Amino acid sequence: MNIRKNHMRLCFDSKSANESFARVAVSAFMSQLSPTLEEINDVKTAVSEAVTNAIVHGYKDESGEVVIDASLWDDGRVIIDVSDTGCGIDDISQAMTPFFTSQPEMERAGMGFAVMQTFMDDVRVTSRPGQGTSVFMVKRVKGSAK
Amino acid sequence: MLKYSRQGTVLTVMLEGELDQNSSQVVREELDNLIEDTRIRHLTLDMRNLTFMDSSGIGVIIGRYRTLARRGGGVSVTGESAHIRRVMKLTGLYTILDNGRGEASSL
Ligand SMILES: Nc1ncnc2c1ncn2[C@@H]1O[C@H](COP(=O)(O)OP(=O)(O)O)[C@@H](O)[C@H]1O
Ligand SMILES: [Mg+2]
Repeated sequence: MNIRKNHMRLCFDSKSANESFARVAVSAFMSQLSPTLEEINDVKTAVSEAVTNAIVHGYKDESGEVVIDASLWDDGRVIIDVSDTGCGIDDISQAMTPFFTSQPEMERAGMGFAVMQTFMDDVRVTSRPGQGTSVFMVKRVKGSAK
Repeated sequence: MLKYSRQGTVLTVMLEGELDQNSSQVVREELDNLIEDTRIRHLTLDMRNLTFMDSSGIGVIIGRYRTLARRGGGVSVTGESAHIRRVMKLTGLYTILDNGRGEASSL
């Protein structure tokens, strides 16, 4: 059995100005696992993508709340869940296809999920149209000391 | 305000801090104002002081590339960190970048 060493929950308004704060908060929290700089940057970037999606797609820049749950495990895993109660996703596999974006006019690259999948060890999306989306991500931190 | 310099048809712009969806709105606007001058064909983004970039930055670069490609030019980047290079690689951005054209120093 793996033991959860620590947990935190962050809840903030769906404002773009919070993207930086959110990714920095998660990366500071995970520093307890002594990650490498590369591992920190991987998690920062994945969190930035998920939070941005909640704000610009989930809530379409309307007001709402984004919640991040993050936990650290004794086997070195960081588990992060970014959720919104926004519009939800109709077709998750289409949404996760590289270069797919529902907002091409906003110059979105359609690469957010591809970035999350490349930089994290596991990414799972659950969503219900009209109810919201949750992005569950796992990173195995090997760290520099271990 | 973005720092920039122009040499003939090449505009070099210094990107600083973090480029995410929040900051990309201002950066996009400022870059568009700068490349409104149709004598400019090539944009070089100097990333030595850019500490973070996610896929929102990729969108900004592709958008400016489209404008300049219509004039027969393109975009190149210099000084990017290892992590930003990984983001650009995985999104295939380097295949459209025109590293060094019109600029003697890079590559
Ligand atoms: N939290 C979310 N709520 C609703 N739709 C989402 C959410 N996250 C992603 N999507 C959908 O998935 C698509 C792909 O997301 P992504 O890969 O990050 O690309 P981009 O954000 O550039 O469009 C988005 O265009 C959007 O339609
Ligand atoms: Mg996205």
